Amino acid sequence: MSEVPSELKYTSDHEWLRVEDDGNVVVGVTDHAQAALGELVFVELPESGSEVAQGDACAVVESVKAASDVYAPVTGEILGVNEDLADTPEKVNQDPYGDGWLFRMRLVDPDVLGELLDAEAYQALLDELD
Amino acid sequence: MTEPLIFEHSRAGRFARAQAPVVREEVELPADCLRAEPPVLPEVSELQAVRHYTRLSQRNFSIDTHFYPLGSCTMKYNPRACNTLALQPGFRGRHPYAPASHSQGFLACMFELQEMLKGVTGMQAVSLTPMAGAQGELAGVLMIRAYHHARNETHRNEILVPDAAHGTNPATAVMCGMKVVELPTDADGDVDIAALEQAVGPNTAGIMLTNPSTVGVFERKIEQIAKIVHGAGGLLYYDGANLNAILGKVRPGDMGFDVIHMNLHKTFSTPHGGGGPGSGAVGVGARLQPFMPIPVVGREGDRYRWQDEKDLPQSIGRLSGFMGNAGVLLRAYIYMRMLGQEGMRQVGEFATLNANYLAARLKAAGFELAYPRRRASHEFIITLKRMAKDQGVTAMDVAKALLDYGFHAPTTYFPLLVPECLLIEPTETESKEALDGFIDAMCDIMERAVRDAEHLKGAPWTLPVRRLDDVRAARQLDVAWRPGSVDA
Repeated sequence: MSEVPSELKYTSDHEWLRVEDDGNVVVGVTDHAQAALGELVFVELPESGSEVAQGDACAVVESVKAASDVYAPVTGEILGVNEDLADTPEKVNQDPYGDGWLFRMRLVDPDVLGELLDAEAYQALLDELD
Repeated sequence: MTEPLIFEHSRAGRFARAQAPVVREEVELPADCLRAEPPVLPEVSELQAVRHYTRLSQRNFSIDTHFYPLGSCTMKYNPRACNTLALQPGFRGRHPYAPASHSQGFLACMFELQEMLKGVTGMQAVSLTPMAGAQGELAGVLMIRAYHHARNETHRNEILVPDAAHGTNPATAVMCGMKVVELPTDADGDVDIAALEQAVGPNTAGIMLTNPSTVGVFERKIEQIAKIVHGAGGLLYYDGANLNAILGKVRPGDMGFDVIHMNLHKTFSTPHGGGGPGSGAVGVGARLQPFMPIPVVGREGDRYRWQDEKDLPQSIGRLSGFMGNAGVLLRAYIYMRMLGQEGMRQVGEFATLNANYLAARLKAAGFELAYPRRRASHEFIITLKRMAKDQGVTAMDVAKALLDYGFHAPTTYFPLLVPECLLIEPTETESKEALDGFIDAMCDIMERAVRDAEHLKGAPWTLPVRRLDDVRAARQLDVAWRPGSVDA
């Protein structure tokens, strides 16, 4: 049973967002995603300062099974990335909602957060997949 | 027992001709041309080298030794005759720079191969020049781009790719400067038509489709798809990496495709899996014929000649120094001539029969088919998500366990849209006994998963090398031998 923290927002592509106090968001992949991918061996992250549109493939997570794109969950600017993952991609497996975060973004339009899934809706999506 | 590295057999001063003493001549070279240190090479006798590599070859899982149901790869038997005949001195000795007047026999074979491939695929013309499947794909999409550019429609830069397509398709589109638009697959493995209708538009350059798709089923709405894409001004690309399932039965040209690449090394009798050489011949419809890669073999009366820029001024150009891999093309030619039309139909029939037999028997044994309502093509998918959930035994564990039974594992975790999947392609050259043996092994593994999952997770148990740490191997990609790099 994968963990789905109640305070986060989710996408149907198994990404999570946490809204920070300053209104910016932190993005990562969900516990379900890391478990399905298996142990990660490589993470490619976007460049800080780049502009991305919702749905753009902006990062890659690669495991021994497969390489998967990570899509920008919202439109905005990449403010920073988790540099530690270059040497320790396994942090995504060990702590997907904490040390395994991928990148931080500045949102163009905060209203889009309302269109993302809440924990309950994401859990329902996972139940459906099962 | 593991075989040591060739470097571990090394003893200082030992060399291949140790038993045939030779007088070494001192050659005077300027000091600045001499290396300070000798190169790090294994120092072994000829016999040691022969034994080392023979032992390694005996541990290989190959078509010559094992059933090899690696889905999407078509690991079928390649008749020895194709290789023997392609090695005739007249073929082998022909220099690629030899003038056409000295190469009429070879050119005649290539011309006939082009004609036979046209017949098999229903296309208007064929170019044999791409050196491998990836290059065939590149040529195909470059032709689509050249076509739109020639019509001053340079804004057409979107290629539609279903998520059940070969993984190389999006990569090829990007290589050609296209944007990839992914299309979802419905629950029965067909392209989602509503999504396709949404996706096409004025920027559509084309669609790349594999049929049968990588989920192992025939795309039933292909005529509708062709109509929608053509209606939007786009072209249809057929990934013909594997023609086994349709050979002699249906033709991409008749389905409405404008271009196809064919991995001749897969379907038409060249051993593959070792990284080449290959052949990615392309077939085109009338619209793309002017853009074909050159050279192409033409016939005038009873003479054959290379057609080049002068004949095809709009060609996307040359893809290699010469005209593709001659040996692979010759084997394909001989294979097709050996089989004839009737034989090729049988390839299609037996490839699909074997796959459907395996699928039906595995289903009856309790394995879950990913697309239970569909008839398999040349390959099919089972999903082990139930086993993974209930017993913690994954598709990878089953794949490793199969090695202990003397079977090469099926393709694992591909396509990605089916969880814990095995993609199984038996090919037409396997006997019923071989298929039954595989089914017995799968049933035994299923039973062991319930009885002793832990033991299964440690497989393989009988091979010289046990379960590899593939995570460590990927994270620490360090494969070069250096003195002291192997633990004593």
